Amino acid sequence: MSKELNLDHSLEPERYELTAPPTYHFDVDRRDFFKFLGAGVLVVCVLKDARAFQESGADTALGKSLPKEIGAWLHIRENGSITVYTGKVEMGQNIRTSLTQAVAEELHVPMSAIDMVMGDTKLTPYDRGTFGSRTTPEMNLQLRKVAAAARETLIGLAAAQWQVDRKRLIASDSRITDSESKRTIEYAALVKDKQLAETLSVDGPLIPPAQWTVAGQPLPKVNGRDFVTGKHRYPSDQKLPDMLYGKVLRPASFGATLSSLDTHEAEKIPGVVVVHDGNFVGVAAPSGEIASRALAAIRAEWKSQPQISNQDLFEYLKQKPTEETEPLDSPFRYETGSVDKALVSADHRLQKTYTANYIAHCPLEPRAALAQWLGDDLTVWTGTQRPFGVRTELAAAFHMPEERVRVLMPDTGSGYGGKHTGETAIEAARLARSAKRPVKIMWTREEEFTWAYFRPAAVIDITGAMSKDGRISSWEFHNYNSGAAGIPTFYDIENQRIEFHPAHSPLRQGSYRALAATANHFARESFMDELAHLAKIDPLEFRVKNLRNDRLRTVFETGAKKFGWGQAKSNTGQGFGMGGGFEKGGNVATFAEIAFDRKSGDVKVVRLVTAFECGAIINPDGLRNQLEGANIMALGGTLFEAIEFENGQILNGRFSDYRLPRFSDVPVIETEMIDRKDIPSAGAGESSLVAVAPAIANAIFDASGVRLRSLPLVPDGLRVG
Amino acid sequence: MATVQQLNVNGRVYSTEAKAESSLLFVLRDHLDLTGSKYGCGEGQCGACTVLIDGKSRRSCITRLGDVAQRHITTIEGLATGDRLHPVQQAFLDEGAMQCAYCTSGMIMTAVSLLNTKLDLSAAEIARSMEGNICRCGTQPRIVLAIQRAAKALHESKP
Repeated sequence: MSKELNLDHSLEPERYELTAPPTYHFDVDRRDFFKFLGAGVLVVCVLKDARAFQESGADTALGKSLPKEIGAWLHIRENGSITVYTGKVEMGQNIRTSLTQAVAEELHVPMSAIDMVMGDTKLTPYDRGTFGSRTTPEMNLQLRKVAAAARETLIGLAAAQWQVDRKRLIASDSRITDSESKRTIEYAALVKDKQLAETLSVDGPLIPPAQWTVAGQPLPKVNGRDFVTGKHRYPSDQKLPDMLYGKVLRPASFGATLSSLDTHEAEKIPGVVVVHDGNFVGVAAPSGEIASRALAAIRAEWKSQPQISNQDLFEYLKQKPTEETEPLDSPFRYETGSVDKALVSADHRLQKTYTANYIAHCPLEPRAALAQWLGDDLTVWTGTQRPFGVRTELAAAFHMPEERVRVLMPDTGSGYGGKHTGETAIEAARLARSAKRPVKIMWTREEEFTWAYFRPAAVIDITGAMSKDGRISSWEFHNYNSGAAGIPTFYDIENQRIEFHPAHSPLRQGSYRALAATANHFARESFMDELAHLAKIDPLEFRVKNLRNDRLRTVFETGAKKFGWGQAKSNTGQGFGMGGGFEKGGNVATFAEIAFDRKSGDVKVVRLVTAFECGAIINPDGLRNQLEGANIMALGGTLFEAIEFENGQILNGRFSDYRLPRFSDVPVIETEMIDRKDIPSAGAGESSLVAVAPAIANAIFDASGVRLRSLPLVPDGLRVG
Repeated sequence: MATVQQLNVNGRVYSTEAKAESSLLFVLRDHLDLTGSKYGCGEGQCGACTVLIDGKSRRSCITRLGDVAQRHITTIEGLATGDRLHPVQQAFLDEGAMQCAYCTSGMIMTAVSLLNTKLDLSAAEIARSMEGNICRCGTQPRIVLAIQRAAKALHESKP
């Protein structure tokens, strides 16, 4: 078994990105389409993989039906307004804005003329989900192509109407102008009374990033006013006439089964509906207060199983591999060169173990759903990163065809990978079916902490070897449980053995912003620092010596310059550290300055400098916002966030017990964004997170001489001596 | 059980039949359909539910309705004057001080309360005063800038 490492593998969706098989249900006659949308011009983007099907099939662009494998579509109404339909969802990453910019740019219309319909399984094309930093590299490009095709269609319409060569015509300001006669016509007039559908199957000419005027600009959130006035309705704010409020009875511990149940007292409360279906027990009531009272009136006994606590977690993960092993051709299990031989003959050898605890996403809006049955048709409004996946879950739960289920996702109060599943949607729908009224479920913070899922815990073993002059010759890396995202080393090492070992997790775990890349970067970049000290070489020089990737070297050197790497310390408690990496198409280097108070044990992050490059930048302000936010979010998991658990119960599942980063934790944050207009845009929501933990751990070592190898690093401060 | 018949919110008198021990947040959201105030934790730890009681910030999730029945309650919905945003709302827009924005109404209400007492504030003072409000998306630096911008605007608009 010997294989070359391909960094592109890190772009693959990770096993913890819970996915559903693609199911297409879009099969509408063109005339039905216009009946639904109104007249105008429709441009449909067909996914690349579907082209062969489409080209070989009998249906043409103006044929009977539209192709099924659709990425996005755009409709220009008779009044000139534009509606764009995409299955992606908005949860704070501000893609409603950046996608609108892409369309405005290519179509030459103002941002305000564009309405973006997102994440509605009835109206938008199928989409696997909003995760993995894929919106910018994929959907943004698709929408640019759709908008460019719409522009070309409009030029074609004007050319036909005026009987002139289309090359003379220019699109700008929502109109087409003849550059010779100066004759001009608005888009609205061009599409009047038309029912024209164009299917995009060849790549139209796109405006090169260097000529962008709308894309590439730091534009504000498109519907920002609705958020500062409280007008926007999040999933938990949805309401319907006659709606009931639902609550679900939770087991006493994970995996507990119901041994006895008495719901008589709850049923006596006026207006209360009690539902008992297998292990599901829930109530629906005219108000949240009555629902809570009814839930409290239920007497239930649970049969629990003894389970491990967080004290025994890391040992447990190494001892509990799953039956599933990585296939030999897995990109996450590979070996190149001769690791063992290189290890024996090296000048320096080092072996260390790093760990990371479970942490919670803590989206500020807990999961919520409102469900309504009309006959056999189910509609659910819910906060999810996978509206189509939740539709599949609902159809399976209620044994019904997906066509009868509609899931809508109003812009939600964040997700960070934590809202992939449809628990509240199923709970609300189950209660609504029995109550025969719409039911809303809003999880409490404690429910969100307990019954969602966590970022996987990690145990990582690294063995490395190098020559006297600091050239790494051998690299062995084993990740237990947490995942394979960001597992390949980007350093230039001849002999490598890298493997991910899935384990039986004692807690429910799943996607979390940046996935395992955070744990893997923490381990790798901490280990690099340890090697640098062993070789007595400056950590920056050591990295550059072992690095052949130009984009990474650039972010390390750019960050070092901005940070002032190599500066003398101005006081004893000061420490400097760095970490860097490559993930989901983004290159990042973070430099940290910390202050350590030896007397009190306090560790304070004073300054974080991040250099970042993810190709051509679409919205510099949106990107900066993501980078700053990622730095702050990462502070929590780096310094103090950890889930404590015992016997199937979460011990610190509330904000008063689980510390999140607050204003006083926020250091000075500086970002240096490198705009590479020659490289296609990649996403940035995740990669920007991964270098914070190692930078801070390395800075703590620099200040204190103590090497911390477990995340979180200093939940109770740092005691020395 | 004691009930509250009337509630003065955003300058308007609402009739209710909510119990005095009900949480103000749930009365605002479920009875009065003022959903701009958010539930985040239910224990006064995150600030997403912040409203003004006679101009001072208060966590509505842990406020008993009966305690504020006779007072003037302001929610995010009542902050703007017609189409004109309050300077703090405008400053949050101008600084792009939000991502998912679920914390935004609570941040704005806390900031309004702070600026009602003092306009001359350092960044450190602002951060200290905002400590009880959580932004999980990490827009704290922008929120501080927005509050400084609003303070300046309010200072300049003073006669």
